[in-house]
Amino acid sequence: MSTRLATGGRLLNKSKPLNFTFNGKQMRGYEGDTLASALLANDQVLVGRSFKYHRPRGIVTSGPEEPNGLVGLGQEGRFEPNARVTTTELYEGLEAESQNHWPSLEFDVGALNKHLSRFLPAGFYYKMFMHPRPLWKHLYEPIIRHSAGLGKAPKAADADIYEHFHAFCDVLVIGGGVAGLQAALAAGLSGARVIVMEQSAHWGGRAPVDGGTVDDAPVEDWVAQTLDRLRGMENVDLRDRTMGAGVYDHGYVLGYERLRDHTPEDAGPRHRLWRVRAGHVITATGAIERPLSFAGNDVPGVMLASAMRDYVANYGVSPGDRTVLVTNNDNAYLTAIALKQAGLDVPAVLDARVLPQDSELVAKAKALGIRVVMGHAVSSVQGGKRVTGVAVCSQGGEGAVLEVIACDAIAMSGGWSPVVHLWSHCGGKLTWDGAKACFRPDQDHPPTGADGHGFVTPAGAAAGVFALDDVLHDAHAAADGVATSLGFKLPRDLTAPTAARREEAPMMPVWQMPQGASVKLREKTFLDYQNDVKVSDVRLAAQEGFVSVEHAKRYTTLGMATDQGKLSNINGLATLAGALDAEIPSVGTTTFRPPYHPISMGAIAGAARGDTFQPIRRTPLHDWHAANGAVWEPVGQWRRPYAYVQSGESTHDAVMREVTNTRQNLGLLDASTLGKLIVRGPDAARFLDMMYTNMMSTLKPGKCRYGLMCNENGFLIDDGVVARLDEQTFLCHTTTGGADSIHAHMEEWLQTEWWDWKVHVVNATEHYAQVAVVGPNARKCLEKLGGMDLSREALGFMEWTEGELGGFKVRVFRISFSGELSYEIAVEAGQGQAFWDALLIAGHDLGVMPYGTECLHILRAEKGFIMIGDETDGTVIPQDLGLNWAISKKKDDYLGKRAQQRSHMQDPSRWKLVGLETTDGSTLPDGAYALGEGENENGQKVMQGRVTSTYHSPTLDRGIAMGLVLHGPDRMGELLSFPGTDGKTYEARIVDPVFYDPKGEKQNV
Amino acid sequence: MLILTCPCCHVTAEETEFHGGGEAHLKRVGPDGAEGDFESYLFMRQNPKGVHLERWRHVYGCGKWFHMARDTATLEVFGSYAAQTLAPPDHIVDAIRKRHPDWQWPAAS
Amino acid sequence: MSEAVTALKNARYDAGIATISEIGPLGMITIRGDLEAAFLRKVINKTVGLERPESGMCNSDGTSAVAWMSPDELLLICPHAQVAEVLSRLLAAFEDTHTLAVDVSGARAAFRIEGTHAREVLAKLAPVDLAPAKFTPGMFRRTRVGQVPAAFWLLEDGAFQVVCFRSVAQYMFDQLKVAAQPGSAVGHFSAP
Repeated sequence: MSTRLATGGRLLNKSKPLNFTFNGKQMRGYEGDTLASALLANDQVLVGRSFKYHRPRGIVTSGPEEPNGLVGLGQEGRFEPNARVTTTELYEGLEAESQNHWPSLEFDVGALNKHLSRFLPAGFYYKMFMHPRPLWKHLYEPIIRHSAGLGKAPKAADADIYEHFHAFCDVLVIGGGVAGLQAALAAGLSGARVIVMEQSAHWGGRAPVDGGTVDDAPVEDWVAQTLDRLRGMENVDLRDRTMGAGVYDHGYVLGYERLRDHTPEDAGPRHRLWRVRAGHVITATGAIERPLSFAGNDVPGVMLASAMRDYVANYGVSPGDRTVLVTNNDNAYLTAIALKQAGLDVPAVLDARVLPQDSELVAKAKALGIRVVMGHAVSSVQGGKRVTGVAVCSQGGEGAVLEVIACDAIAMSGGWSPVVHLWSHCGGKLTWDGAKACFRPDQDHPPTGADGHGFVTPAGAAAGVFALDDVLHDAHAAADGVATSLGFKLPRDLTAPTAARREEAPMMPVWQMPQGASVKLREKTFLDYQNDVKVSDVRLAAQEGFVSVEHAKRYTTLGMATDQGKLSNINGLATLAGALDAEIPSVGTTTFRPPYHPISMGAIAGAARGDTFQPIRRTPLHDWHAANGAVWEPVGQWRRPYAYVQSGESTHDAVMREVTNTRQNLGLLDASTLGKLIVRGPDAARFLDMMYTNMMSTLKPGKCRYGLMCNENGFLIDDGVVARLDEQTFLCHTTTGGADSIHAHMEEWLQTEWWDWKVHVVNATEHYAQVAVVGPNARKCLEKLGGMDLSREALGFMEWTEGELGGFKVRVFRISFSGELSYEIAVEAGQGQAFWDALLIAGHDLGVMPYGTECLHILRAEKGFIMIGDETDGTVIPQDLGLNWAISKKKDDYLGKRAQQRSHMQDPSRWKLVGLETTDGSTLPDGAYALGEGENENGQKVMQGRVTSTYHSPTLDRGIAMGLVLHGPDRMGELLSFPGTDGKTYEARIVDPVFYDPKGEKQNV
Repeated sequence: MLILTCPCCHVTAEETEFHGGGEAHLKRVGPDGAEGDFESYLFMRQNPKGVHLERWRHVYGCGKWFHMARDTATLEVFGSYAAQTLAPPDHIVDAIRKRHPDWQWPAAS
Repeated sequence: MSEAVTALKNARYDAGIATISEIGPLGMITIRGDLEAAFLRKVINKTVGLERPESGMCNSDGTSAVAWMSPDELLLICPHAQVAEVLSRLLAAFEDTHTLAVDVSGARAAFRIEGTHAREVLAKLAPVDLAPAKFTPGMFRRTRVGQVPAAFWLLEDGAFQVVCFRSVAQYMFDQLKVAAQPGSAVGHFSAP
């Protein structure tokens, strides 16, 4: 059985026991345990079910490459699916539940799939569910949906907080094993700014478990000393629990720091996403042991050899009492030795190789009394929910059973694969190392940065260098090269430490065990544990023509699970190569994409959630609006009041009331969001003549003019009132959405085309709070405030003036977007609220009421004024809108002029603006299209116009609309029919777009 | 994500501070331009796999436009220079030719 | 006449790893023109007693400040009550030149981030190297802070001043609070 040993456990604090539950069952572990080690200590060998066949699965690894040990962690706002037991540190009160089973982990109905597995090979779903089509929706999809998906999505909002951190360094070392520490030490001593990221909570990587001596002392001592030195260096930042997640262009690296996963009750962010810019990246990411491909290699109790000795050494846990080791290399013997030395039984080592003589480790194992059988392999594993024995065969044969050895655990090792992910993310190439049977970085083809030179260097096992002494020297040399390239120098007396060497016999690549395994055995030999991809599936894919590794991957789903094939990919592509009778390097690898290991959505979002999800722009009057019933309308990032709803009113009622009151009494509009650009200089007038379709140079100081702006495509992009402040200075009003974009548009032309013109532009939008005072009582209200003569004679329509109004320093524009007597008054933003309050008091007896954007829209629509974004959509030119009067014929040039001469723009059949009046007074549906005659070549009904704005007008007590209609202005009085999405068809008459006060008498009083 | 150096304020910053503006050195065709010239000014753009002269604006920084020579395939940056130029300056051309000895500015040919 | 108020009425947060406070109202004047011109240096010096800053810098004396915004733009900061007077002096001095000065005091909000973790708080939001050796007192940077444009400078070690547009003052304050929340010290920068 799997249990806690009396001794050992270098990472444990046995004085601090911790309670946790698995599927509701109370269990105990120690501080320092991972959830994996704690489960094994409690004899919980079965931890989950596989994705497709729901096969029982146990823990295979001790690190982030774990394919099986996925659980749901926590509750409610802290529930997280698919957490890996091997990377989850144990804490008091941890609650875990296994996944992907029904009704229970021990008894699973879906495991029936296992018996059907012969009928569920790769591509089964693609082939099966094509026909008949109707069955898809009602039968296949519901069943598949029920059984598909890994883990449960959390339902509650995430209760934790997350953040980003921007960091800069010369050298970023990813990996805190001996290679990473030596590289960091050398780089740090050179004076470079260094960040070191280690994904686990512990430094030193595998070395303390695998042993060895460095400079004649145990490697563990060297790790401790080196850490002490690094901690004393101000230019080095050591980050444990921080994974290098992805390497991107120009030295950009994402790090994923898990701050509170192991102490969830502490204050502070749970995860921190490091956004690092590194001068150079050293990937000291180590290597991952490969499983061996034999029948039953997925039965719980089969584990990687390295993981097994990790559990023994780090956590004092024995995964089994009797463990058979299966290997093709020397390194795995360390496990047999460690188990034996821990007092556990190792009935046999099955070594696929036949060595001419015993190497050091083989001899050591034998000396401990372990039976070593050379040239032998696993024929099949016995047992269902856990290993009960192993059937032994010759590696060279077809699997004939020579003997059966009873055991409760199997340690396997197929050799080691360097972790090349981070090297490869940004384009680093790989080369096949035949001797070590692995892909390693091709250092002649690194990922290149902004300067065209490589910016990633692998070190140690990640570079394909495995022996401790070689690792230290390689890391030292890597750091030396990197520091030198960045202009730093290592201290002259600094050399790499020396480690004692061990003679090892070469490993032997083994991609199938036994070599001639029958189809029956191959159908039980798993490559990808999480996605249930077997050797037989990959061979089938090859047989069916999926010969590209990228195609075979997608067809079989090999390596597409949450572990991204960290264990399965190399074995999978070796299997593919075998099936294709090709060399492994010619088959190649699939693309390595970030993140290396899944990272939380919270970390990606960082602070961008809740109130800070996105910036909301508020006017100086925002709080008043909020306190007075405002229903908000988002306008870009601004929030503008749509209407102010009073008690007992619907929003529609409020809008109607606001329109009527503004037409009859007095309305106030917060117009602060409109863009206000100061354009000044000797060439300002000439510049604005280019920007606007109108002639602005003839505008006199003190006057205002409505202007249109087009882009070089000729399309209308913005409109607004321009006021000439003095000979050299203009104030250009833009739409709310145009403030920033039109400012940028002006700067672009000034900087990149007419850079010799003397013009300055300043975006003064937010300096002002601007209030539109609108309605027959507008002048009376301002007169009550006093201080300025705003009579018709003193300030005519389309004029502006400055002065003090009610004690406020103001600029007053006599402009109207409503057709009423109207003033727009600008005060400094910080006085906006006080000014608004003063207007409300002054207007109290004059029927003052604030109005929102919907009222503004109706007021302008009643007057036939266009709105950018309603009447325009990026394909409309001013001529379509009957705005020819605002296009200067006298100017040689303006932006858009040439485009408007193009044949398509001159086409008389362009749809043109008209008013639309329903025959029954109802309101046309927004965006409705007018039916034309016949059908087009695609068999669709021909359309001849569309509604661009439509409202119920309380002033006229009927629906009014504007629209673009084929030959519209020439068809006054004609009827059009508009089918609505509600099934009704609306009849509307083409009329003049000006519905109210066509002579403009009201605004001129 | 690229890092760019703004030649106007000399700040080196990540791409999120900037905004790309397409091909550099376009020559505006005005109201008198021929149909074909105007079409090419408005729509026709180089789309090289390799060296590209392009416009960028330091939107979150000094607000200035500038030009940059960059390899669209390897993302190597050969240098940035003032937007107020009609052709890439010599030091930029030299930097490009160090990597691509035969490079010619397509607009010059 | 009422006094101008700031966007957040001088809101303050000091429950976290750094103190965040909205300051002001400040007087702010945008100046655009030829920054190399001798007269401009002279006028700045005469008006607020500060040298025209070099690129990437902000010169300040506790009352006023002048920041280098772009090759042809300065931001002059002075007490709010003095804006009208400073502006009229600038306009008089600039009269015959192609130089612009405009009051933008209402357009922005200003914050202080203070405390030993001030650098870390800002580095969570701005993609700028804020290491003590790289970002020293007087240095000024326009960049983005979170999702909005902003500018900041280091008054002295442990004290940044941040300015952003007034409309996003609440967003800025909220995100600075998140960045300064208790338990969020990073420990990346060596002690100043």
